[in-house]
Amino acid sequence: MAERVHEPYSAPDQQREAEMMGMYIFLASETMLFSGLFLVALYLRLEHAPDVVAASRQMHYVIGAANTALLLTSSLLVALSVEAARQGRARPAVLATAILLGLGFLALKAVEYRMEYAEGILPLPGAAREFPSPARHAFMNLYLIATTLHAVHLSIGIGLLATLAVRLLRGTLPLPERSIVMMNAGLYWHLVDVIWIFLYPVFYLAR
Amino acid sequence: MTPEERPERENLADTGLSETPAERVSYLRAGHTLKSWLLTTDHKRIAILYLISITFFFFVGGVAAGLVRLDLLTPAGDLLSNEGYNRAFTLHGVIMVWFFLIPSIPNTFGNFLVPLMIGARDLAFPRLNLLSWYIFMLAGLFTLAVLILGGVDTGWTFYTPLSSMFAHGQVVLAATAVFIAGFSSILTGLNVIVTVHKLRCPGMTWGRLPLFVWSIYATSLILVLATPVLSITLALIAAERLFGLGVFDPALGGDPLLYQHLFWFYSHPAVYIMVLPALGVVSELVAAAARKPIFGYAFVAGSSMAIAILGFFVWGHHMFVSGQSMYASAVFSFLSIAVAIPSGIKVYNWTATLYKGHISLDPPFLFAMAFIGLFVVGGLTGLILAMLAVDVHVHDTYFVVAHFHYIMVGGAVSAFFGALHFWWPKMFGRNYSLVWGRLSALLIFLGFNLTFFPQFLLGYLGMPRRYHVYPPEFQVLHVLSSAGAGILGLAYLMPFAYLLYALRYGPPAGDNPWGVTGLEWQTRSPPPKHNFETVPVVDGPPYDYHVEMEGHGDG
Repeated sequence: MAERVHEPYSAPDQQREAEMMGMYIFLASETMLFSGLFLVALYLRLEHAPDVVAASRQMHYVIGAANTALLLTSSLLVALSVEAARQGRARPAVLATAILLGLGFLALKAVEYRMEYAEGILPLPGAAREFPSPARHAFMNLYLIATTLHAVHLSIGIGLLATLAVRLLRGTLPLPERSIVMMNAGLYWHLVDVIWIFLYPVFYLAR
Repeated sequence: MTPEERPERENLADTGLSETPAERVSYLRAGHTLKSWLLTTDHKRIAILYLISITFFFFVGGVAAGLVRLDLLTPAGDLLSNEGYNRAFTLHGVIMVWFFLIPSIPNTFGNFLVPLMIGARDLAFPRLNLLSWYIFMLAGLFTLAVLILGGVDTGWTFYTPLSSMFAHGQVVLAATAVFIAGFSSILTGLNVIVTVHKLRCPGMTWGRLPLFVWSIYATSLILVLATPVLSITLALIAAERLFGLGVFDPALGGDPLLYQHLFWFYSHPAVYIMVLPALGVVSELVAAAARKPIFGYAFVAGSSMAIAILGFFVWGHHMFVSGQSMYASAVFSFLSIAVAIPSGIKVYNWTATLYKGHISLDPPFLFAMAFIGLFVVGGLTGLILAMLAVDVHVHDTYFVVAHFHYIMVGGAVSAFFGALHFWWPKMFGRNYSLVWGRLSALLIFLGFNLTFFPQFLLGYLGMPRRYHVYPPEFQVLHVLSSAGAGILGLAYLMPFAYLLYALRYGPPAGDNPWGVTGLEWQTRSPPPKHNFETVPVVDGPPYDYHVEMEGHGDG
């Protein structure tokens, strides 16, 4: 089946290049979105180093490490899917496993939030929390905001991969012609992964 | 089975499209239903949708400005309450910045002209383009909700801790509106960048891009890289207000100055989002009016990129009196002054372009001249403000207000009207009355100066911004300014009348009413749905006008 070329394009390769470039620019924009949070983290670290270290020591870094492993493994599966898609033989099962790993991340994150809430260090609205110092409170606020925003991005990524898996199952994703769709979803997934790779040391290992 | 490549790349006459005759005649005739407009993916129609929406917001923001100026007629605060005054200038700022100036030229003329100027059929992602208009309208609905529910009083800057802890207005709603509008900006910027990279027609090299395209490209880079920083900053304010998750709260060791750094990291580049497209428009208008190749094309194009890049490193000049490090201030001061270099290059090159040109005093050129004069005044006073010692004296006074209105209203809005008058015949295929056009250009220039020049004096004498009760000795200058605002308001209404009149009764414009170069003038007015009958091929430099040389007289 020949690749359909949409309106403003005159050739499939031109269309593919444009779609990939669009995704890269979007990811640059996403990076700048998170950069604001990293700047706040840097500020807290520079201004209140002892508080940040103390707050970071309370984090469940083992869960964080497990989550890092889950995301990295899922990225490997997504990368394999992209490579397979380019050769025209992507399997929905591989994508489904990546999705399960992403869901596993969210589940572990929920367990972790619950533990932190029980320990009284998660600044959920409504709950009165006593923090040893104001800056530790600010650090946990930032932690909650940053990890929530990351979880939202991860959920969008799961949605993207799920759509692709369904399209593969139904055979409505012509491969290898439209492998660009898989590549772009993969790029997004990897970015969400990379953001976590930076969030993890900033919040868990800053001791 | 369709062929792999449709249209064939070798055969330029093959448009690869099955058009209806109506679509071939004009994009305006390709469907008359409301649905054909609201679900269109044609960049030209989306440009018209934006034009209508931002005109509406220009009107709302203008009414807020009118309230402010009326209240300032007398030294006592008698028209508006203190709270009401704060809400009026905040709405004026929020609406004019995010719902008029930022989308003004990029989303209307950028949308309409970039594909035409580079010989493309549409932007790279037509559906995304439509989506960004809907996102913009959703943000607009939030803004209207803010208006109806009582407004917001923080100033357009949303400074913490006022916005996060003390303000009573609809801060979260207003921040949400701006947050959503940001996505519209990002998607439009992304679309333009990819379009310029991937959809140039054969022969349209980077060195042949019209200067307007260069400036919109530079603007798009800022839109894509700066806007998300504003998004996250506003999200942090909302988190603090809604859920008590403070990161700027001084009681938690947070720093309100950190907010200002994040805010201005977006909002200073945003100034260049507003003015760079205007610079691009004026480059086009000047070359068209002089009928000469633009002087120093590479420098004018390069200066757009230089302004876009430098613009990211000057935000600290908004914070000279905030207590930031003296060394940081010195660096920011130096970099801010450096922006004068690319800006100056543009002004000198326009002047050199006009030198010995066959200048026609048509409305677009008068608007371009108004722009150059006002931009120079705004730019030079910007240099004064970039000086550390002087800024301490005039910081947060009317001097600053006058300075940025010279750039953003005198500059960007004049250029917007110039673009409207220049490309109106192309967009709608009708000519308007040139006499009325000249008259409104003149009145806008005079009304503008009467409004804002007294504010330089007021600021220098010490009138602080954002106060509506002031010492009686300032009244004369305030009355002059308010009178000017009245003239300006009427002058802004004039084009509505004669441009809309021309829409129905104007004589047909012809394909190239100004007799200028540029791909957009080679197709019909108004253009067909797919812009060009055959894929255009560019084989010469831009602004390739015939220049008569002295001593080689042809007559």
